[in-house]
Amino acid sequence: MSTEMTSISSYRTVKPEEVTTWQHVADAEVFPTNGGLNIMHNGLQIAVFNFSKRGEWYATQNLCPHKKQMILSRGMIGSDGDEPKVACPFHKKTFSLKDGKNLNGDECDIATYPVKVEEGKVYIGFDS
Amino acid sequence: MKKVVVVGNGMVGYKFLEKLRAKAGADQIELIVYGEEPLHAYDRVHLSEYFASQKAEDLEMAPRSWYDENQVTLKTSQLITEIDRSARTVKTHNGDVESYDYLIMATGSSAMVPPINGVDKKGVFVYRTIEDLEQIIEYAKTVKRGAVLGGGLLGLEAAKALMDLNLDAQVIEFAPRLMPRQLDQRGSDMLKSKIESLGIEVLLGKNTQKINGNGKLTGLDFADGSSLETEMLVISCGIVSRSELAGPAKLETGKRGGFKVNDQMQTNDPYIYAIGEAASYNDMIYGLVAPGYDMADVVVDQLIGSGERSFTGADMSTKLKLIGTDVGSFGDALGETEGCIPIVFEDKHAGIYKRVNLSPDKKSLLGGILVGDATQYSMLLQTVQNGLALPKSPEDLILGARGGEGDSGDAILALPDSAQICSCENVTKADIVGAIKEQGCEDVPAIKACTKAGTGCGACTPMVADLFASTMKSMGQTVRKVICSHFDYTRQELFDLIKVKEVKSYDELLDTYGTGDGCEICKPAVASLLASAWNDLILKQDTIQDTNDRFLANIQKGGSYSVVPRVPGGEITPDKLIALGEVAKKFDLYTKITGGQRIDLFGAKINDLPKIWRDLIDAGFESGHAYGKALRTVKSCVGSTWCRYGLHDSVSFAIEIENRYKGLRSPHKLKGAVSGCRRECAEAQGKDFGLIATEIGYNLYVCGNGGVNPQHALLLAGDIDEKTAIKYLDRFLMFYIKTAEPLNRTSVWLNKLEGGIDYLIDVVVNDSLGIGEELEKDMQALIAAYHCEWKEAINDEKMAAKFKHFANNDEHDPAQQFVPMREMKKPADWD
Repeated sequence: MSTEMTSISSYRTVKPEEVTTWQHVADAEVFPTNGGLNIMHNGLQIAVFNFSKRGEWYATQNLCPHKKQMILSRGMIGSDGDEPKVACPFHKKTFSLKDGKNLNGDECDIATYPVKVEEGKVYIGFDS
Repeated sequence: MKKVVVVGNGMVGYKFLEKLRAKAGADQIELIVYGEEPLHAYDRVHLSEYFASQKAEDLEMAPRSWYDENQVTLKTSQLITEIDRSARTVKTHNGDVESYDYLIMATGSSAMVPPINGVDKKGVFVYRTIEDLEQIIEYAKTVKRGAVLGGGLLGLEAAKALMDLNLDAQVIEFAPRLMPRQLDQRGSDMLKSKIESLGIEVLLGKNTQKINGNGKLTGLDFADGSSLETEMLVISCGIVSRSELAGPAKLETGKRGGFKVNDQMQTNDPYIYAIGEAASYNDMIYGLVAPGYDMADVVVDQLIGSGERSFTGADMSTKLKLIGTDVGSFGDALGETEGCIPIVFEDKHAGIYKRVNLSPDKKSLLGGILVGDATQYSMLLQTVQNGLALPKSPEDLILGARGGEGDSGDAILALPDSAQICSCENVTKADIVGAIKEQGCEDVPAIKACTKAGTGCGACTPMVADLFASTMKSMGQTVRKVICSHFDYTRQELFDLIKVKEVKSYDELLDTYGTGDGCEICKPAVASLLASAWNDLILKQDTIQDTNDRFLANIQKGGSYSVVPRVPGGEITPDKLIALGEVAKKFDLYTKITGGQRIDLFGAKINDLPKIWRDLIDAGFESGHAYGKALRTVKSCVGSTWCRYGLHDSVSFAIEIENRYKGLRSPHKLKGAVSGCRRECAEAQGKDFGLIATEIGYNLYVCGNGGVNPQHALLLAGDIDEKTAIKYLDRFLMFYIKTAEPLNRTSVWLNKLEGGIDYLIDVVVNDSLGIGEELEKDMQALIAAYHCEWKEAINDEKMAAKFKHFANNDEHDPAQQFVPMREMKKPADWD
């Protein structure tokens, strides 16, 4: 097992302007409506969310920063005011899907990645 | 370290222990308590409730384990017979000697038995302890008529108890009126006519001279020449302090008995204190718990605090429900203050009498009496105690503002912060408002838990509720429990919408009745409602389910899942046991027997779940719904087929019930049990519903659970046949499913249900709402729609395809790690 995969420091937010590679990960139809699925890329696990209610796509680290579990893709998504969020299935901590901020006032945030969908294919943006 | 010995384990004695331990641990004060009764301290104020439940633990102040947990040495069934002040020791009836640094006499009182000729006859009882009550209950089975001597608070409670035991009951009072210390003549008249309308005979102004009978009593003779035929007599003429140890120990006593104490509750020996009904303060014995608790506070302060607190007497105001009638009496109730001005309101038709006594200058309220409607009691008492200004027309105090603005609704907010709301626990208005605003208490039970208000006699609960509602309103919040910010509806309202408008999906409900995009609170709540309404396959809307429901398995540490196939009633064939073992071996699963008599297979990888279930279904298993807020198991003992004690075949009945309700989704998990006899090996009284076999049928218990706050189930119906049991279960479960808040177990739901178990019995057994048939029909529809979710999942290619960890490959999660443990495996520990 790669220790890199479960190391928090392996996951760093990539801003849209920093994207150097758009990685095709799967077809859009694979992802459930208003839910997430996990993908593997270069030893990293990334949770991809199809927020169909808003017509938006998001990607975050799959690793929960609280107990280091590979789980966030199985979390329920929703909104807090206008902020799109995901709730960790283990202890119901919630994170912004936009910037990864922990919405419960705890310290740990999560990394987010740009997503684009073109011709039914989902791409995640990486900076290396 | 100080050693404190408490003599007496009654309400006040217990409260003293609780208050002292809150301030000083066992490293500072050693605590030993002696109780004469075999039971540890129980709530004597609510003694009459024992007639209904006959369960002593319902009345206990704290479970016996509390004493251990708080390092208090409890010695029950031990009577202290001697105090040796010079040696500072006490001696028990069997000769044991205990030394003390400080001695607390909390011996309480015994029933006063007037010296009437024949008082020793069989059939004469006092009304004081649980043992007294047990004897009364036993004796009442053999007779038809019973009288109570004494028309005070306790006497009227006793009369109600006799009536509940199906006796012709009479109350005999020496004074010309009932509750002579609390009520005036007109108040007494009103109460009398209410009591008589229930069939209890009331005899006033009767001086009992003789108790007749040869061995056991047959009747009473009165001084006026009249007589009364009765077969049993309960004496409730007041109390006598238990201060018999005072004389030999040369401790001073008051004029009416009781250990004489000063403002610090000290006797004439500075190392000996007396509290509660054992104490005589200014020759007064205080027979209520609130002053007793105050005394306990004073002594605690003496032993561990500043020593500045003192007792200065107490208010004898009281409010209670007597035989279904609210009675309140507060301050100068009888108008004994010179020149005071009474205002009286009487409505004989409605059975209401109210009186308030104003000061001669009409500027303040001195006291009053309420019979038939005591809703204003707390507010009026506060007005007396805090010297609040009176309305322009003082009669508004009891009549309410008529037609004008500014109804009394928010009057409670006008109280000063220091106003004492709960006198038993000395909780002020500021304490309660603080609990709401600062500690975030969101309902009345939370306030009770946080401040202890309303946990004593309970009389202040309505005021706490009013204060809660007013405070929330002042914060711009309504108290209605809506599901979350996305739906401005309660769970029950949403359920009705779903049924009436035939809503089948979450998205449809959110679009039509909600706002925003939903969240992790409303999604599973609505998923549960949809399942309870239609019992459709939950995987059709997988992303609104909690992860357990989404993957039809229980997520565990490390992100692996556990699998629990249904084993109805806990009965399993050898072949099925072997099949479970083979599946576990094939997929490398950790196996454990559950508390619900089935077998849990842990450590399943998400990708393996459909394969595991393919094997399980081939072996004849079905989903056990261990992952859902749904029916889990119906546990059973082996029953009459094998057990020499069994009365009925509990296993067969448990299997029938489990198969009937399998797949039923509810606000929280549901557990049931069937025991084949009253030995109760299936622990049915600790379940949401439980059946215990009796000679002629089953007793049906509901709303019990284990868990964080264990609660015993309560009897819903007794000695019913299997068909009736199922009918009541259908109604009970459906009523719960329809009306509970999300994630409330049946016990929590019942605790919040207005009217409690009596109301539930009315709805389920007596069909008081006329919805019995509808509930049965709804249940029938759910049962008919049952399907094994796993069977459908693996037979649907698209659904089966969702059980994978990665969208872009078929690998297992490489981050998932297991370590060996006792020839099996366990997940690696998390941080």
